[in-house]
Amino acid sequence: MSINRTDVLLCCGSGCVSAGSLKVKEKMVEQLAKHGLTDEINIIETGCMGPCDYGPVMMVYPEGVFYKKVTPEDVPELVEEHFVKGRPLHRLMIQEGNKVIANKEDIPFYKKQVKVALENCGYINPEKIEEYIAVGGYEALGVALTEKTPQDAIDVIKNSGLRGRGGGGFPTGLKWQFVHDAEGSPKYVVCNGDEGDPGAFMDRSLLEGDPHRVLEGMMLAGYATGASEGFFYIRAEYPLAIRRIRNAIKQAREYGLIGKNIMGTEFCFDAEVRTGAGAFVCGEETALIKSIEGRRGQPIPKPPFPANRGLRENPTLVNNVETLGNIPTIFRKGAEWFAGMGIETSRGTKVFALTGDVKNTGLVEVPMGITLRELIYDVGGGMADGKKFKAVQLGGPSGGCLTEQHLDCSIDYETLKNLGAMVGSGGVIVMADNNCMVNVAKFFLEFSMEESCGKCTPCRVGLKMMHTILDRICQGKGQEGDVEELERLGETIKQTSLCGLGQTAPNPVLSTLRYFRHEYEEHLEKKSCSTCTCLNLMHFEIDKEKCIGCSLCARKCPVSCITGSREEKFTIAQDPCVKCGNCFEVCPVKAVQKLPGMAELTAVNSSFSSLYE
Amino acid sequence: MGVTAGKDGLLYKRLKEVIDEKKNLQDPLIEVLREAQDIFGFLPIEVQEFVASELGLPIAEVYGVVTFYNFFSMVPQGKHIINVCTGTACYVKGADRIIKMMEEELGVKLGETTKDNLFTLSSVRCVGACSLAPVFVIGEDTYGRVDSRTKLVAILDKYRQ
Repeated sequence: MSINRTDVLLCCGSGCVSAGSLKVKEKMVEQLAKHGLTDEINIIETGCMGPCDYGPVMMVYPEGVFYKKVTPEDVPELVEEHFVKGRPLHRLMIQEGNKVIANKEDIPFYKKQVKVALENCGYINPEKIEEYIAVGGYEALGVALTEKTPQDAIDVIKNSGLRGRGGGGFPTGLKWQFVHDAEGSPKYVVCNGDEGDPGAFMDRSLLEGDPHRVLEGMMLAGYATGASEGFFYIRAEYPLAIRRIRNAIKQAREYGLIGKNIMGTEFCFDAEVRTGAGAFVCGEETALIKSIEGRRGQPIPKPPFPANRGLRENPTLVNNVETLGNIPTIFRKGAEWFAGMGIETSRGTKVFALTGDVKNTGLVEVPMGITLRELIYDVGGGMADGKKFKAVQLGGPSGGCLTEQHLDCSIDYETLKNLGAMVGSGGVIVMADNNCMVNVAKFFLEFSMEESCGKCTPCRVGLKMMHTILDRICQGKGQEGDVEELERLGETIKQTSLCGLGQTAPNPVLSTLRYFRHEYEEHLEKKSCSTCTCLNLMHFEIDKEKCIGCSLCARKCPVSCITGSREEKFTIAQDPCVKCGNCFEVCPVKAVQKLPGMAELTAVNSSFSSLYE
Repeated sequence: MGVTAGKDGLLYKRLKEVIDEKKNLQDPLIEVLREAQDIFGFLPIEVQEFVASELGLPIAEVYGVVTFYNFFSMVPQGKHIINVCTGTACYVKGADRIIKMMEEELGVKLGETTKDNLFTLSSVRCVGACSLAPVFVIGEDTYGRVDSRTKLVAILDKYRQ
């Protein structure tokens, strides 16, 4: 057996793989062999380390050096310097000003993070059960099975204050108690891995990066509630997550950690994977259960809740991936420890997927109660490319948009809900001032409208009606009273829809109406989109001062509406213009400008456009 | 489509094997349909009828499931399915431009298949690789931060060989 002096953890999360981490590995293997170091340096493929923007990233232990944006071309130098000569390669390390940051702990991105569910993500090889066991895996299960009664186990989770991480925020311990107390057999545990919110990849990263943790969480839940069978429902878009969980179940079975009489106790439990087939509504628990039963994923009215009558009419516990991911650590470190983090009503930590116009996009885990400002500016490093902050969208199509004035609000279930947004599953999308909020609202509504299962009328017809109104506002055909009608429809749909999808689908519209009403009014009354996003409410013009008369725009124009000469410069005939934007993109001197407002209006009142410059 | 004819006969034989293997699972319909789509590339009504009779389910139920889920298709798909992500992060970072470029490069509209049956262009609601936005997926390969036509064409060319 070889003795490794160094472990190289190479992030093979989806982000880094797309950025080329597998090619980096190939080159590493080749270069290490060249220097005869194959037996000394161990390369470990891990799950997501978090800072996807820096990908491919790697950590070198025992030194604890963090390398970013490693390309195959960097590898020969890296191996030569770090592994042969023992000199960390500064050029690939994160720098703050002129200072090189050597340790992961000192990187601003990690400073405010506390990893619980993501504890092992990016630290162990997710395909090896031995590595999970080496960091304390399955210990919690062993202790619970041999020393705790199911009721004790439920009390641990109750005392921890853990709430559902999938969006609902229902107290997990209470849910466990309901299933435990329900009559019927066999009972089931379902892991909800149908992460459909656009802009969210927390569950994917956890399933891919630390599958055994989720499996152990499920088994603990099974023991506490008296369930004997578990289902992982994972969406089809996550093939790697599906493979990793299948592999985890197989390995656990080989070790006797799953199956009959686990660890010599009476407890028997087995798990299998069921895959989604592309339906957002299946994230709703009753629809998800229908889907596992091989039927159309349409929700049913609650009560009865799945805890009493769920899968195959039996008591069923449905927990989100991240919720289950927290369980083993809570058992190992104790309920008090977990409850010690966060704030009164929201305990522990929450994983967020930070994306959009923010510098450090990626996967982060922070204590509940942290402010939006800390999340976006300290962890996220602020706005990307010097852009100006406009809004932050939380909770996907069920959530809402918040503004600058909310940056100092705490991130917890109640605060966000009161503001019209929600923690949701944890997608955080930061938007710069080039985003039209009416269009953003339309984007989300379109999503919910298409994903509506069609069972209940408010959601099926109501969302369509709201979309029609939003669409005509964006087209510049909005009518008086449209804003009020949107509000009326939104409130009605929220109150009368059958399931969570419809009950929350109007939120993006209602929250933008609340905080960005002036943009709706601008679209309606001035027929102008100040961000130049809505094509009917903006136009292109050529600045004659800047134009060099190269005629590139005229040649690229598909409808030949640009005319002129080198001497006279070029102009756009507004009437035939289809606003394809080709001229804007090809102009070498940026003389083509996007201007808010309809072209005709500008012709009548030439001072109009200057208002917006 | 004849059930026993040449190549199709082989495909049905493979499907039969899959069904026999999955039959013991409880409620295997969706899993079977996924495999069937893998084998045939799409789910024509004949395949649905076959699945229904093998599993002892009404054809209406099978059809109901096939038409409910986005993943299942009743029309033939190209060899490579290009899914452009239209999730929020990609929307913010310009997914519409990717779609426009794809449509122009492939000469098809969203939802259509190229004449040579090589590519089907479709969109997907978030593939969970938001940090790389805008993203598209070809088969199981994810491509992120494609911001120029040259890069896009280079990627497509890999699949054209």
